[in-house]
Amino acid sequence: MSTSATQIPQRQRRTLHGDTITLAHGSGGKAMRDLIDDVFVGTFDNAALESLEDQARFPMGELGENEDKLAFTTDSYVVDPLFFPGGDIGKLAITGTVNDLAVSGAIPKYLTCGMIIEEGLSINVLRRVVTSMKRAADEAGVLVVTGDTKVVHRGSADKLFINTAGVGVIPKHIDIGAHRAEVGDVVILNGHIGDHGAAIVDARGEFAMQNTIETDCQPLNGLIASMLDVCPNLHCMRDATRGGIATVLNEFADASNVGVRLNEDAVPIRSEVRGMCEILGLDPLYLANEGKLVAIAPRSGADVLLEAMKKHPMGRDSAIVGEVMEGPTGRVVLATSFGGERVVDMLVGEQLPRIC
Amino acid sequence: MKYVDEFRDPEKAKSLLNAINGVSHHFDGEGKTPLQIMEFCGGHTHTIFRYGVEQMLPEWIELVHGPGCPVCVLPMGRVDDCVSLAERPDVIFTTFGDAMRVPGSRKSLLQAKADGADVRMVYSPLDALKLAKANPDREVIFFALGFETTMPSTALTVLEADKEGIRNFSLFCNHITTVPTIKAILDSPDMRLDGFLAPGHVSMVVGERPFDFVADRYQKPIVITGFEPLDILQSIWMLLEQLVDGRSDVENQYARIVPSDGNMPGLDAIAQVFELREFFEWRGLGSIDHSGVSIRDEFARYDAERKFSVPNLKIADPKSCQCGEVLKGTIRPWECKVFGSACTPETPMGALMVSSEGACAAYYNFGDLEALLAKQRSKKIASA
Repeated sequence: MSTSATQIPQRQRRTLHGDTITLAHGSGGKAMRDLIDDVFVGTFDNAALESLEDQARFPMGELGENEDKLAFTTDSYVVDPLFFPGGDIGKLAITGTVNDLAVSGAIPKYLTCGMIIEEGLSINVLRRVVTSMKRAADEAGVLVVTGDTKVVHRGSADKLFINTAGVGVIPKHIDIGAHRAEVGDVVILNGHIGDHGAAIVDARGEFAMQNTIETDCQPLNGLIASMLDVCPNLHCMRDATRGGIATVLNEFADASNVGVRLNEDAVPIRSEVRGMCEILGLDPLYLANEGKLVAIAPRSGADVLLEAMKKHPMGRDSAIVGEVMEGPTGRVVLATSFGGERVVDMLVGEQLPRIC
Repeated sequence: MKYVDEFRDPEKAKSLLNAINGVSHHFDGEGKTPLQIMEFCGGHTHTIFRYGVEQMLPEWIELVHGPGCPVCVLPMGRVDDCVSLAERPDVIFTTFGDAMRVPGSRKSLLQAKADGADVRMVYSPLDALKLAKANPDREVIFFALGFETTMPSTALTVLEADKEGIRNFSLFCNHITTVPTIKAILDSPDMRLDGFLAPGHVSMVVGERPFDFVADRYQKPIVITGFEPLDILQSIWMLLEQLVDGRSDVENQYARIVPSDGNMPGLDAIAQVFELREFFEWRGLGSIDHSGVSIRDEFARYDAERKFSVPNLKIADPKSCQCGEVLKGTIRPWECKVFGSACTPETPMGALMVSSEGACAAYYNFGDLEALLAKQRSKKIASA
């Protein structure tokens, strides 16, 4: 894919020296050029970055052949620890923004990468993170085309913060919105809930538990494309990150002025995650996910949709977990496995300090 | 999941509900007021709401959600003392997560943390002791909180600190006791409870005998209850059987965890480290004699209140707050004047809105408020 109209002459890339990031790497001088060239341009390796302009440029025509809307989003990533079972902050920063674009029905195209680095960060750690970003971008089929780097004094940031913004294009006739849930629609999930939140709790090691839970961090654009193939009239879709599926469903119920009834028995959850929630008193419905979407679809197409999702590697454990009701409006009600019912409200504060 | 799902079996729930409904003719009918059963413990309140147990019960049973949430009943003055300790520059203040949000008159611990205090969440007092060892140049204070359930682990931590000669560790002791509090509720003139679900984990430490007075002196049936939803239903059924038979006994539904004599090593540790306070102040209930413990003189060096000066100011509960009446079952949570308006989980005024284990917060978060109010209205019409 070409993103630049003119050919860029070959140049020799600079090399970064030393073991740790210092304030010099954010000063705008030679050290910063070394960092950008060696770590970012070298790893992301595409023509748009190579030109080292202050902005990325792409031809309009290529963006809008079969599409008529641009999707544009941004997200910041501040997870602690930086590396956790199954993922790291870099993978998260790519997939999170890709997924934010994809759940609108958009085909994600280009991402930015803004980094705020605490001085003293190991250059090796930074390289690992950026390499992981590149791998995730390749998997999702997107390019990182421009970026920014700041280095701050020790204590002014916690190791590394990443911001990514992204653009994508939405095919014609796709109209996904939180306000579109209709009475009788079904609620579909693409797999086990709470893996990411549980993996982070585990990786922090605060609770001295030994576990094998891995984050579910994965790009969803491929799965979503195959969903839209069989069900272009998908009503609502969001990725259930912070706040979990409970928060997303509350947003749908509120925006569409309907009720949502969730069936606890049908919600897929791994026994490791359930066990951790039992011990720590957490509710998995509010745990963060990084590769889970919640969709609301017309009942008529639900079976075909579910079948298509199950065929995709990122939707193998998909399930219909609930339905849209007339009321109580704006509320999510859980039919518990025990035979009772309860309201699943938005959280007042956080269940856990700083997930991502 | 093994050892969990067995206690949440919907089929067993149905048969227990059938049994409960089977004795309705004893309790339901014209001119009869609903039975009031108090679950003392916040953990029970949480289970009841989490699994929707309350809506499964017939209308002639009213659950009164008692004061057994140690986070909720902490008076504002004590939270202020916490904050002032946490704000000392030489202090790492450690606490259970739930206590972070409790509002003081100036701020909560969460706000103090945002303002720069070193407040850290721990799951055990031993974690706090570990921090003390890792930070010998700073004082680590543990916010000791809870009923008899958490007292042994705090006491053992103090004994351990003493054994190892650790001097930069102390407790801000807010442990409270169950029995004097149940007694205070039973003595209150507007009390009309018919029976109690006794706290399972407190009983695991203290055993069955401390509850004898409820059955003997006050002639109220009481069942020591576990924390799974089937435990709750079975205990309610056991209470009803006692009421039908005209008995008032202490029964133990949670025998898989609770030995009748309690946990001797735990009780020994408590007795070594703590002694009863003359009285302790509760949010919502006021001052109750002997309802708290403090650290014995021989362990004074582990007492943050003696090591550092704390303001120790009394701050009265807000006037419009009706927590006391809700706690005693005189009114239901949603009948309180400020419920859901001036008092919400975001800006709690009263004790019961503070933690998810508090009755008001539970109704606000988990309950279908409109349905409950409709139930309340239909009852009023029927009895008019």
